[in-house]
Amino acid sequence: MPKDGIGASTKRREDLRFLTGNGKYTDDINLRGQAFVHFLRSDVAHGRINGIDTTVAADMPGVLRIFTAADFESAGGLPCGWQVTDKHGQPMQEPKHPILAEGKVRHVGDPIAAVVAETAEQARDAAEAIEVDIEELPAVIDMKAALAEGAPKVHDELTSNLCYDWGFVEENKAAVDEAFDKAAHVVSLELVNNRLVANPMEPRVAVGDYDPWGDQSTLYTTSQNPHVIRLLMGAFVLNIPEHKLRVVAPDVGGGFGSKIYHYAEEAFCTFAARALKRPVKWTCSRSEAFISDAQGRDHRTKMELALDADHNFTAIRTETYANMGAYLSTFAPSIPTWLHGTLMAGNYRTPLIYVNVKAVFTNTVPVDAYRGAGRPEATYQLERIIDKAARDLGVDPIALRRQNFIKPDQYPYQTPVAVVYDTGNYDATMDKLLEITDHAGFAARAAESANRGKLRGFGVASYIEACGIAPSNLVGQLGARAGLYESATIRVNATGSISVYTGSHSHGQGHETTFAQVVADMIGVDASTIEIHHGDTSNSPMGMGTYGSRSLAVGGSAIVRATNKVVDKAKKIAAHLLECAPEDIELKDGKFSVAGTDKSVDWSGVTLAAYVPHNYPLEDLEPGLEETAFYDPSNFTYPAGAYGCEVEIDPETGKVDIVGFAAADDFGNVVNPMIVEGQVHGGLAQGIGQALMENCVFDDSGQLLSGSFMDYAMPRADDFPGFKVDHSCNTPCTHNPLGVKGCGEAGAIGSPPAVVNAVIDALHRAGHTHVSHIDMPLTPSRVWAAMQK
Amino acid sequence: MYDFDFVKPGSIDGAVKALAAEDAIPLAGGQTLLPSMKQRLNAPSVMVSLRGIPELQGVCRDGDVLVVGAATTHARVATEAAAEYPGLAALAGQIGDPAVRAMGTIGGSLANNDPSACYPAGVLGSGATIVTNAREIAADDFFDGMFATALEEGEIITSVRFPIPQKAAYAKFHQPASRFALAAAFVARFAGTVRVAITGASEGGVFRWTEAEAALKESFTPEALSGLTLPAEGMIGDLHGTPDYRAHLAAVMTRRAVAAAG
Repeated sequence: MPKDGIGASTKRREDLRFLTGNGKYTDDINLRGQAFVHFLRSDVAHGRINGIDTTVAADMPGVLRIFTAADFESAGGLPCGWQVTDKHGQPMQEPKHPILAEGKVRHVGDPIAAVVAETAEQARDAAEAIEVDIEELPAVIDMKAALAEGAPKVHDELTSNLCYDWGFVEENKAAVDEAFDKAAHVVSLELVNNRLVANPMEPRVAVGDYDPWGDQSTLYTTSQNPHVIRLLMGAFVLNIPEHKLRVVAPDVGGGFGSKIYHYAEEAFCTFAARALKRPVKWTCSRSEAFISDAQGRDHRTKMELALDADHNFTAIRTETYANMGAYLSTFAPSIPTWLHGTLMAGNYRTPLIYVNVKAVFTNTVPVDAYRGAGRPEATYQLERIIDKAARDLGVDPIALRRQNFIKPDQYPYQTPVAVVYDTGNYDATMDKLLEITDHAGFAARAAESANRGKLRGFGVASYIEACGIAPSNLVGQLGARAGLYESATIRVNATGSISVYTGSHSHGQGHETTFAQVVADMIGVDASTIEIHHGDTSNSPMGMGTYGSRSLAVGGSAIVRATNKVVDKAKKIAAHLLECAPEDIELKDGKFSVAGTDKSVDWSGVTLAAYVPHNYPLEDLEPGLEETAFYDPSNFTYPAGAYGCEVEIDPETGKVDIVGFAAADDFGNVVNPMIVEGQVHGGLAQGIGQALMENCVFDDSGQLLSGSFMDYAMPRADDFPGFKVDHSCNTPCTHNPLGVKGCGEAGAIGSPPAVVNAVIDALHRAGHTHVSHIDMPLTPSRVWAAMQK
Repeated sequence: MYDFDFVKPGSIDGAVKALAAEDAIPLAGGQTLLPSMKQRLNAPSVMVSLRGIPELQGVCRDGDVLVVGAATTHARVATEAAAEYPGLAALAGQIGDPAVRAMGTIGGSLANNDPSACYPAGVLGSGATIVTNAREIAADDFFDGMFATALEEGEIITSVRFPIPQKAAYAKFHQPASRFALAAAFVARFAGTVRVAITGASEGGVFRWTEAEAALKESFTPEALSGLTLPAEGMIGDLHGTPDYRAHLAAVMTRRAVAAAG
């Protein structure tokens, strides 16, 4: 194995430029003749636009043009990439999502007009001078109120604010109800999964450019998936064919899901650049991001678990209200359904499951996938209700979990919610967790906390997620309007260095390092001779981008497949050079040799022959050494694990301190352990942030109360202890060539229930046995209030 | 940010003259003013920087009093007041984060009188005197409700004179997002008297908790406060805490401040 091959904790090559301020982000792109756009956004949540007067604004200094909805009559609305069918077999209600508001504004932040000017300040000055006559309408914010008879409608053309009422698996509903009727024990819990703002470090930016001589449009954008943006914007919004449209997502400073979607600002900048024949740039401010980036979570759920007399889980029944916000963001309908209902079996052998989800339009910012996307919501429900069941039944919550775990000899395991788990070992990660948390020493630590007047508690959560999305034929049947394969081109250069073009996109994940390790390992050359390119539709094959912990499992598999093609061809060239049959060629440590002889040619000897084919089998083989492969997975991957949280509560203030947190994950094979550990750390920070701090709140009129970091509590480093992270218990994925499962979202999925379980545990140990649940975030105020009752 | 003129006078007189212009505004550390200008919520015609006036800088002892120049940063007070008035230095060292403490000033904080700011508690709890270009104002007369003070138009704080107590401490509970005070208490024990000031909790801004002062005058111990509560009425209720919670928290912080003062 080369020193930077698979399994090495190679330092991230991209960090040198990131940490020295030399990354090239979209906002660093400034084109000659560039103009700037400022969006005038609605300051009311719901209103009818009776008129927009731009006469004063249009004459202000530097103003080039002011756009309103009327300018986009020839353009389509922003498309939704997933159609969900409701429990009656009917398609969801799918309202138009215009680039600029048409007739009505539907959430605070909805763009009404766009001013393009010579400078950003001039554009902003002029936007303030636009007079908009808005008749404010009653807003619907609460989901249940939005579904009430006679509620104001977010979209007048729809029959109601219900996007869909989904039942999964609808055919099982009667059997599930019957199991509940027969159950020895039924446990129920009402839960809120709090709305979150993604808040990547880099706000969104878009630069549109147009070359009239070649009729070429280019969009530079902060995206996790530039090919998807090219497809959606070109085909559905602006009617620009792919060969006339290039989308570039250069260095991107975090996404967490919020940069998957096709946003109005991207289409606007591309459109305006064509209209004005000048580059047009938009840079989102942090304040603007709070009201224009798609947000995450926001579920309200009634969860029920049925158990038999021996405490075996017999059925699960859930009813969830999922907030869509005012419009359907690109993948919004799929999150509370196919990414949530299919995970409701968790790590357990529950034979009957019925999941009902009502997706609701409200006058709030659109909601879509955010790190974990549906899977954290499923895990939170399951892992909270199992803890409550254990408490109600007077049994150990860990033992109750173990009793119901799917066992290692049961794979492949067909769940009652469509997915088939290929492999896993949940007892192994639980054992490892209890070891690394020093569970045996908890009692002594709790006593020591009590001496200091603090309440200590311990909570666990198991989790499983479906990653490596996704088999295209399966998701197509489920309503996806896209395939979910990944692509790679391996371009071997004449002197042996290798340029890899991947359809995945890196926005902090470290692909430039990890992917190079994979190729280096397969060929046996030094990773420093390999460069990973991504993010530009003009040079990489059609790819679907990065989200859903898919990049290594799907994108990495495409790279493996393309590398195998390269190696196969290189072996043929080597066989010619060494005058033997290709079957006799062995590749090891970057050298081709004839089996059983000392005859060999090194990697660069073969690559040079490919491009300088003087001694080359031209009649049988094309010159050159470049291969492209696409990989479409045959199943999801199923990372799983056990998380443990130890908290200390100050009973006088209600403040929860995380004093210990451990994660025992099964990610299958691991390419770069250091990067995996970092991914888990980041996920934990976001999951613990959701559990204790973060909350996106609108008031009854639809104004965002948590619209800045003064009120939206982003966790800081000192809010966490050091994390203990282990990924030694691994059961390799059985159906992809690397045996990898994905690690990007796990931390955010497994941690919220572990935190809440630990807090409830601490309160019960201290005698506050009336507290069966506290909704996230568990702020000091909420924890204190729960203790007072 | 809208366009404005910027001047940086070298003397108090120069600053006062510059501030006579219509819509002129003084700039101290800018930790509140600049973000509000970036949001276009504040649009001065002239910004008068107070950062170039030597008399407004520094910490010095004058008999029984510690004098802090109005344009002295929190970071400097945290360091330079540590020997003379450790309770005040500790308060300054807890404001914001290192970047805020490197820029923010005591005069700016007091003139702004944010109901969740730290310094108003330290000043009211110490019974300090606010010195301006025109007069001296007792702390008890200075704070005039949320974001309001006794300062007249164009009047600038030049220094703050702190009587040095025998003991003092500040106990602060963070609002989780901003890390301003969700509720915080400053207690100071002087010969024959005790002062207690609460910040972060009340809709009226910083206030003295006189019942606690009376109890602590009898016995400067946390136990002396047991059973004493603040009414929830008039306390701030928001995303981060109910009025009940803030009233409770203010009492907890007061006991902790007394314990910390020793």
